[in-house]
Amino acid sequence: MSVLRTPAGTVRWAGRDLGSWPVLVALAMLWLVFQAANPNFLSADNLVNLALQVAPLGVLTLGVVLVLLVGQIDLSTGAVSGLAAAVVAVGLSQQRWPGWLAVLVAIAVGAVVGAVYGWAFTRLGLPSFVLTLAGLLVTLGVQMRVLGTTGSLNLPFESWLVRFSQQAFLPDWLGYLLAAALTLTYPAIRLVERRRRAAAELPLEPGRDLAVRTALLAVATLLPTWYLQTNRGIGASVALFLLLVLVVDLLLRRTRWGRSVRAVGSNVGSAHRAGFAVRHVYVSAFVACSSLAALGGVMQAGRLAAANQGSGGSDTNLTVIAAAVIGGTSLFGGRGSAWSAPLGMLVVGTISSGLTLLNLDSAPRYIVTGLVLALAVTLDALGRRRAPATGR
Amino acid sequence: MSDEAILAEPAAISLRGVSHSYGAVRALVDVDLDVRGHEVVAVVGDNGAGKSTLVGVLSGVLVPDAGEVVVDGRETQLTSPGLARGLGIATVFQDLALCEDLDVVENLFLGQEIRRGPMLDEVAMEREAQRLLAQLAVRVPSLRAPVAELSGGQRQAVAIARALLGEPRVLVLDEPTASLGVTQTAEVLTLVERVRDSGFGVVLVSHNLADVQAVADRVVVLRRGRLNGEFDADVASYEQIVAAITGVAPPGEAAR
Repeated sequence: MSVLRTPAGTVRWAGRDLGSWPVLVALAMLWLVFQAANPNFLSADNLVNLALQVAPLGVLTLGVVLVLLVGQIDLSTGAVSGLAAAVVAVGLSQQRWPGWLAVLVAIAVGAVVGAVYGWAFTRLGLPSFVLTLAGLLVTLGVQMRVLGTTGSLNLPFESWLVRFSQQAFLPDWLGYLLAAALTLTYPAIRLVERRRRAAAELPLEPGRDLAVRTALLAVATLLPTWYLQTNRGIGASVALFLLLVLVVDLLLRRTRWGRSVRAVGSNVGSAHRAGFAVRHVYVSAFVACSSLAALGGVMQAGRLAAANQGSGGSDTNLTVIAAAVIGGTSLFGGRGSAWSAPLGMLVVGTISSGLTLLNLDSAPRYIVTGLVLALAVTLDALGRRRAPATGR
Repeated sequence: MSDEAILAEPAAISLRGVSHSYGAVRALVDVDLDVRGHEVVAVVGDNGAGKSTLVGVLSGVLVPDAGEVVVDGRETQLTSPGLARGLGIATVFQDLALCEDLDVVENLFLGQEIRRGPMLDEVAMEREAQRLLAQLAVRVPSLRAPVAELSGGQRQAVAIARALLGEPRVLVLDEPTASLGVTQTAEVLTLVERVRDSGFGVVLVSHNLADVQAVADRVVVLRRGRLNGEFDADVASYEQIVAAITGVAPPGEAAR
């Protein structure tokens, strides 16, 4: 009965958003377990490899996060990435296109797929689940046709795409410079904002909190930079991925588009009545997702210096959705952040890399990843269920 | 302001001869309604009496088959929600149209965010939100708490505050207390009085006569889509209003 509700002003923080903490804890535990099982796991060499493996799939996950945020799903990102890999491979090795053209065409193909999804979803009202499932099958077929009879193409080793994805690492000084710039930019922005808040007589966060967070950020950026640079360093593709995460994070939190994405995912009717162009929001999310999937596929093709019928196949479509949810983006729409992509993909990549080091096959990898996903979805569902319990 | 002074004031918004049908069902028949500043007009009626249709017309969601709206002495048509808002009619729908995952400030400015260049100006929005909520004496646990964490009364308050952001002249509230408990109903009704005392006209659509008698200045009764009586809330008795709602007019009480 509504009378039993807590009186105004005493609503507890029961449904409080835990943010990224659960996934960070999970990651720390996995790293400790794998390090105990194999002392090579936390070696700089293995972590450099892990980062290189995670980056292309992380770009796919970033796109999935956007689609999940508007409350929809895209089952076909793996297939789209495979198609983009095929396009870039054909462009580079058969058509002799310049690298930039091949990459642009591949990403454009992804954008077209996303535009078709957006159109069919908003105009025909098809559910995204079935729509993208159909898209997955069509895309797979097109990928095979693009690859031709051989079914497999190697990228020329001397192409910049392969060198970028395999051998390009940030110079040490640049790595430190970027880490330091990030560490200093954050408090600088917060201090400017703090001054404006003070002028507006709004409550200020304690200066100590800002100092602690800046210190944590310094550790979180400089320590991995230093450690990876004792080996080969930060891969260029990893830097590109992190740059994309920063850009998407900024778009989601600080622009009207980002606000509209979260509003549509939270309650599409309310977003519509608030004046957001709901159709455009959906289309933009689908296009961004498929374009990022295509870019991820291009990066993956560069990393493996090949594209074949298996590119982006098998479990990729589902793994990236799992990674987004493990990273903390809700399957129910409206809640999540760009940071779920690197965090979630890092968990999935850790499980894969750790078990490979233990010479285990795919079976335990699927099982462990599945269990972690189940745990993440449980947290998601609990967070969602608890919230309305305090409301009406 | 005295009742006489309010009644002498020209209406901020008037409906003239508004009719609307859904197929063969006549939801509204030749309805007139005046709303002035500084007054709460309650619209009451049984289920299916046409209250929701009236809200639809006032909010611009429904375009009526006949009749017009007079704003500042000029006849016009409310053909879209945006137009209605532009003319100074803000509507709080029964479902509140909030986004539960977004925080209070984000919901207050939903769709009308303040920007600084290409970026959202969170400081300006939070300052404005704080000012507005303080003015209405609305308390929320935190301006940055997701609306999902608020009580029903607080959500209603956030929705009302959002409607007032656009500086409307008339606020239309559709069943604002329908899902609230006793304490929260009292809070929302106090808020309605505060809104009225700040000079806004309020249309309170409700089927809860206790609420209506608590805050309304005038009571307009709808029955089967037609006006079936208009009462001064200070004078009219509960029985008179119920009689007008059910259609059994007591002797001596003239229905319009």
